[in-house]
Amino acid sequence: MTVTSLARRWGARTSGYPVAVAVTAAAVAALTLIPLGYVAWFAVGEGWHAAYQQLVRPRVGELLWNTARLAVAAMTASAVLGTAAAWLTERTDLPGRRVWHVLLAVPLAVPAFVNSFGWVSLSPAVEGYGGAVLVVTLSYYPLVYLPAAATLRGLDPALEDTARALGLSPTRVFLRVVVPQLRPAILGGTLLVGLHLLAEFGALQMLRFPTFTTAIYDQYQATFNGPTATMLGSVLVVACLLLLVAELRLRGRVRHARLGPGSARRATPVRLGRRAPVALTAVAGIVVLALGVPLASLAYWLVTGTSTRFPVADLTAATVTTLGLGVAGAAVTVTLALPVAWLTARRPGRTSTAIERASYFGSALPGIIVALALITVCIRHVPALYQTTAMLLAAYAILFMPRAVVSLRAALAHAPPHLDDAARALGSGPLTVAVRVTLPLIAPGIGAGAALVFLAITTELTSTLLLAPIGTATLATQFWANSDAVAYGGAAPYAALMVILSAPMAYLLTQTTGRIR
Amino acid sequence: MTDLTITALAKSYPDQNVLDGVDLEVPASTLTAVLGPSGCGKTTLLRLVAGFDRPDSGTITIGPSTVTGDGSWIPAHRRQIGYVAQEGSLFPHLTVAANISFGLPRRERRNQIRLAELLDLVGLDPALRTRYPHQLSGGQQQRVALARALAPKPRVVLLDEPFSALDTALREGTRRAVVAALTATGTTTILVTHDQAEALSLANQVAVMRHGQLIQTGTPTDLYRRPADLELAGFLGSTVILPATITDTIAQTVLGAVPVRRPCPGGSDSVMIRPEQLALAPPEPGAPAAHVTAVTFYGPDAVVDLKLPGTTTITARVPSHQAPEVGTETGVTVHGTATAYPSRVEHLRPAGAHST
Repeated sequence: MTVTSLARRWGARTSGYPVAVAVTAAAVAALTLIPLGYVAWFAVGEGWHAAYQQLVRPRVGELLWNTARLAVAAMTASAVLGTAAAWLTERTDLPGRRVWHVLLAVPLAVPAFVNSFGWVSLSPAVEGYGGAVLVVTLSYYPLVYLPAAATLRGLDPALEDTARALGLSPTRVFLRVVVPQLRPAILGGTLLVGLHLLAEFGALQMLRFPTFTTAIYDQYQATFNGPTATMLGSVLVVACLLLLVAELRLRGRVRHARLGPGSARRATPVRLGRRAPVALTAVAGIVVLALGVPLASLAYWLVTGTSTRFPVADLTAATVTTLGLGVAGAAVTVTLALPVAWLTARRPGRTSTAIERASYFGSALPGIIVALALITVCIRHVPALYQTTAMLLAAYAILFMPRAVVSLRAALAHAPPHLDDAARALGSGPLTVAVRVTLPLIAPGIGAGAALVFLAITTELTSTLLLAPIGTATLATQFWANSDAVAYGGAAPYAALMVILSAPMAYLLTQTTGRIR
Repeated sequence: MTDLTITALAKSYPDQNVLDGVDLEVPASTLTAVLGPSGCGKTTLLRLVAGFDRPDSGTITIGPSTVTGDGSWIPAHRRQIGYVAQEGSLFPHLTVAANISFGLPRRERRNQIRLAELLDLVGLDPALRTRYPHQLSGGQQQRVALARALAPKPRVVLLDEPFSALDTALREGTRRAVVAALTATGTTTILVTHDQAEALSLANQVAVMRHGQLIQTGTPTDLYRRPADLELAGFLGSTVILPATITDTIAQTVLGAVPVRRPCPGGSDSVMIRPEQLALAPPEPGAPAAHVTAVTFYGPDAVVDLKLPGTTTITARVPSHQAPEVGTETGVTVHGTATAYPSRVEHLRPAGAHST
């Protein structure tokens, strides 16, 4: 469908200002599709023979086995841990439920590679498969916990009351009424855990557990743009796409938990009674392992590590660079997300959905793929951009676009089109409507979206390592450089600063129940 | 003083015709209600008049200027219209005062006198000016929405079901305040509604819409007494339909001779009267009588189900203190005139539901 015919169709509904919006949104979608397009184009270009030669090797088989068993174990563990914790905090009289709710969500705000650092610097015993499953599960189980808790809170207890009135025992009510309603949240969260696992680089590299992502990085660092790296990448992309399609299909079937007017009553909490100490111990155990150990380890290295000499100048420089990149990246991403969000909120339809999905697909790919694609495309077509901040910002925009789109779209829902109509009837032209009505109403959404993107950028490691211009040192890259050299004490201050920067993220996590990458 | 004329207006979406050749004349300083069931196209009509959407064909003129049609198109923000939507559509980020003065030129927005006038016009307490929309009741929100629409002195005001979201208790007071404000300013108004009582009680002129077409336009009394067809008669209120033999202007029915308002050109074998035209009294020998099968009490009045000799059942609506006992016999007389309808009608369709 051409832009003009689109414009004409939209113009039929309102006087036609969306042309510019449509063109911008399409351009944004094109940008976010670069990584996927690059991998597909490369795989097709290489042909079957080359692909076969590079992929059918014992080494690839080992990587595949490692990635698969890590994914299966960590996804299962996250689903169990997240659901159980959600049930305890939402549906029982567990003492201190509110505090536990926050503490259980916070680990997601701590970068997985910092968590990994905390464990591995205490004991090298966590290296390998078991440690990888442990650390990765502790980092990502909140992806299941948060939606499961939100769904449990939103479920209409009247349904459970009705089932009880129909003669079902509490256990059967849980199995036949609660679990079926919870299933989309648990499955959706688990699939997200899978996507994160496929993209995870820092944590696994530190735990010396090779997967596709770490192998691609090593391959790239060793040979610079070896076709093998990209070929491995295409396998990773296929795995990601499988998870993504599963997640999208699942999302399509999710319905609002509650129908009908009126506000839902809160469910009566299950009395734990003598089981309370057991439940408390379990929840406290999760928090200690996921949050306590890495933070204590950081504190230990900060205080006692003899290699901890605070390089104040370096720390300040890295912090300033990180904050600068975060602000610039957030500004770029939110600006690019605006037309996409506007289209999906105000002109829903196939084209709008396609554009939104494109931005979603781009961001679901591992940072390493995005970085490799941008590097290759850049060197071939616009070499002037190579090793520039602009390219790093483009990578951030691709990776974190959905965070901004989700916030903006939710905000636009609070500025419904009938308010535009009201303003137009009062004599405001399109621009005036935007300035006096729409923008003031979506300002909080713009702020929230920018904050989410900013926080994600400050702890981004993989693509920053690959794309940052020479001489650009961020907290994440400095941390990486130091921890690489087993100078744990030297890495600790950078990790601590990232944790401090992540604190607002922890707050946002408990506030928003939406999808967080 | 502006009148509004709509001529041959048509609009279709890919899968359906929404409006099909609509003609409507709204005299200056009057209120015309466009009445129809949901989905009949009345909101589309309003959006076309407002300039939110473009019609496929047809013209709309407001006063001297053609705003749609003949190759001209004036967008909503330059039409000088006032628009009040079902939910009020108050700007949630602005106070009552800022909402009301939204459409005024910048230098007039601070004009407290004008603001006070407008609040007074719609019967709102001036103390509300600093409140935000979420702090107002539904009725107050609609009054603010009207004050906001009237502030820039629009040529025409468009009301899109503005009272349907309100509780019954608030609705009556809000309706009165709104109509009083519109009358006081002499504003030409179109009110879109699906509530026939609202249309009949508020409007100077009622236009009934069905399947994208206006099927009858007239004064409320005219429409209620002489609806164009029996379907419309039932939509506007409960009906009593009696088989009749009509000669000249007199219909012979089971309830005796009833004068007919207008002879039916194609011949006719039934007449329509309204339930409240029936009066009940103790039976007299030789006069028509009926058996009382049910009485539904509504407070001020009551609906009485009657079985006439043969199989005919009808309903009467009488002051509640005059309602007879169930199971008794009662005499029935017809007051006023009846309206004749062409032969073909399914005889004695059940009377419409009681409507208020």
